[in-house]
Amino acid sequence: MSGLLFNFLAVFTVGCAAGVVLNRNSVASALCLLLSLVGVAGLFVQLDAFLLAVLLVFVYAGAVVALFLFIVMLLDAQGGERKKFKGATIVASSLAGLLLLLGVCSLQAHAQLPATVGVAALPVGATLRSYAELLFTTYLLPVEVVGFLLLTAMLGVIVLSKKFEGLEDGK
Amino acid sequence: MAVIPVERKPLSLAERTYLPQIAAGLKTTLKHIFQPTVTLEYPEQRPTIPPGYRGVPTLVFDPHGREKCVSCQLCEFVCPPKAIRITPGGIDPADPAAHVEKRPQEFEIDMLRCIYCGLCQEVCPEEAIFLQNQYSMTGYTRAEMVNNKQKLYELGGTLPDAHFKWDKKKAAEEHGNAH
Amino acid sequence: MFDFYFNFPLWIRMPLQGVAVILVLFPLAAACSMAERKICAWIQDRPGPNRTIAPILAWIPGMGVLQRLGLFQLAADGGKFVFKEDPVPGHVNKLYFIAAPILAMIPALTTVALVPFGAYLDSAGRLVPIMLANVDVGLLAVFAVSSLGVYSVILAGWASNSKYPFLGSVRASAQLISYELSMTLSVLPVFLLVNRPGGQGTLSLVDVVAMQSGGWHGFAAQSWHGLWGVFYLPVSAFIFLVALFAETNRQPFDMPESEADLVGGFHTEYGAFKWSLFFVAEYCHMIVGSGVFCLLFLGGWNLLPWLPLAKLAGLLGVANHPLLMGLLGIVIFLGKVAAFIFFFMWVRWTIPRFRYDQVMKIGWQRLLPLAIANLVVYALAIAWLQPRTP
Repeated sequence: MSGLLFNFLAVFTVGCAAGVVLNRNSVASALCLLLSLVGVAGLFVQLDAFLLAVLLVFVYAGAVVALFLFIVMLLDAQGGERKKFKGATIVASSLAGLLLLLGVCSLQAHAQLPATVGVAALPVGATLRSYAELLFTTYLLPVEVVGFLLLTAMLGVIVLSKKFEGLEDGK
Repeated sequence: MAVIPVERKPLSLAERTYLPQIAAGLKTTLKHIFQPTVTLEYPEQRPTIPPGYRGVPTLVFDPHGREKCVSCQLCEFVCPPKAIRITPGGIDPADPAAHVEKRPQEFEIDMLRCIYCGLCQEVCPEEAIFLQNQYSMTGYTRAEMVNNKQKLYELGGTLPDAHFKWDKKKAAEEHGNAH
Repeated sequence: MFDFYFNFPLWIRMPLQGVAVILVLFPLAAACSMAERKICAWIQDRPGPNRTIAPILAWIPGMGVLQRLGLFQLAADGGKFVFKEDPVPGHVNKLYFIAAPILAMIPALTTVALVPFGAYLDSAGRLVPIMLANVDVGLLAVFAVSSLGVYSVILAGWASNSKYPFLGSVRASAQLISYELSMTLSVLPVFLLVNRPGGQGTLSLVDVVAMQSGGWHGFAAQSWHGLWGVFYLPVSAFIFLVALFAETNRQPFDMPESEADLVGGFHTEYGAFKWSLFFVAEYCHMIVGSGVFCLLFLGGWNLLPWLPLAKLAGLLGVANHPLLMGLLGIVIFLGKVAAFIFFFMWVRWTIPRFRYDQVMKIGWQRLLPLAIANLVVYALAIAWLQPRTP
């Protein structure tokens, strides 16, 4: 049962992710992204990581993709003609694809995954408490760094997008 | 027209939160919830028609039961939407009202055309057509919406008459028009 | 007593529960629409819909009262929505046009599963909540699923392929995202209070109600547990309330469908059954939102402050009857929700809607700073006042 569900969710997620790239209509692309995220959330639920699943839906599906759609609709970016790829792009992306494939294969063949977590011990990120503890102890520095980075990015966006009129002529 | 500049005061802090206004509004509406309704539940309850109401145009009898209309067709000519159609006819000499010379053979008002302007009433030299308090005209077909003479008299009924113009005329004729 | 039910296999129980949710929520939402019309009428000094009745039922004495209350109007409206022609305009994007109302129903019906409706004492004397899915992440899951509701509005507006729905959906998406932030921030103080140091760490709504169901211990510090959230978290409750109005697109914030400037907003091109799905979804959101507000700030299924359900059941002598006590809790809770929905409608028929720039200004420049300040103040106060655990 759970194996079947996993296979279904995995195919669903990857299929929707492919849909994001292949769709000509940008609104349809964004919706594929949404479905793909829901699929990932389903995978998290299968791992008993309800918190992560809910956070993923809340932040990404609920807010970020909604913003994407909002922007797409606002700019009315309809597909139109697709540009021809340049030769260099084709070479570079096929190289990258090959590398990714190689990485996945080597991981599959050689990686030593930790033994299955015991039934008694809940997986990391399952409950609020274990998640919060990790966030405030082991991963405190990365969280703070990422937060700072986001803050900087936000400030940058504000500076870039805001028109400071009248500054040049000293008013 | 004089222009009166109104000074707009800046909103106070309480006003800028909108909350006192919202609370006041809620109080008002709550009061109205418990007030009796002012609705007139129409088919059962009917509105009182004020005097001078201009409803459906009707034809009237005088107190002696004589049709007042003499089919002069002034209303037909004045009617802006051409809703009135009159077929004039004579009066049987044996009739007590024979001295009036004419009466309508048929009198039709198409209520799909009528605009209730009241010009027919205004123009009528015989005070025979009145816009009375009938306000509801309905029907399933176009034909039903045309009031014929019989219907018009049913709706109109009898109205008081201060002059009895034709009786006076008849009496004067009998006295040799001596004046 | 209900063991036979829990002995059913999962694949029977799940569809049964799903159908139960639909069967309960659809009539509730329909009743809300009726209540809306009635309350609107009363506020405007009218009697409201009071004529509809099935001819056969008219013979039964006492039906007149229900007729005056407009109860049969509800059935007539529902029947009309189901049976009337459901046109799809020629210029729409068919797939998304049809998907949008369905998408509106999904979050509306799903969130109900996460809201506890009442509680009863089991044989061991523990308080067991009555809900479909008692998950640890409780409120967060409600927020997450209900935040998906924005897609139906966006899709409906976009797929309609005409200007007013489009404007409506653009407004809706901006508004929903803006107020979600304040809403989430406003409930954080509640959970700061619920999760004491050394506790299990929970976002469950059941625990929030448990925090508010203390008894009266005299004028001691312990007595605050009997109070409801709205008394010691008034600012949070206020922010949550305003954000709730915005999230459910109710009157002062009904920008997405403001009929004066946008015809009907995102559902301009919809009719018949598809439109009624949007309608039901809006009322479902209202019901769930009111439920969450009652759980967070109005003591959930406790009748009065300092009078928790368990004590009340003891006073009434039903503490040993799980069924009666469960019903008691559900009745109290639904009563509160109904009162809250009345408040929604009362506000709707009282105040005009904000201008769009006002909506954005209130959301970002007033409510959000207020929510952050509220969170900081309560975090400091709780850290200061909470008894230290050794």
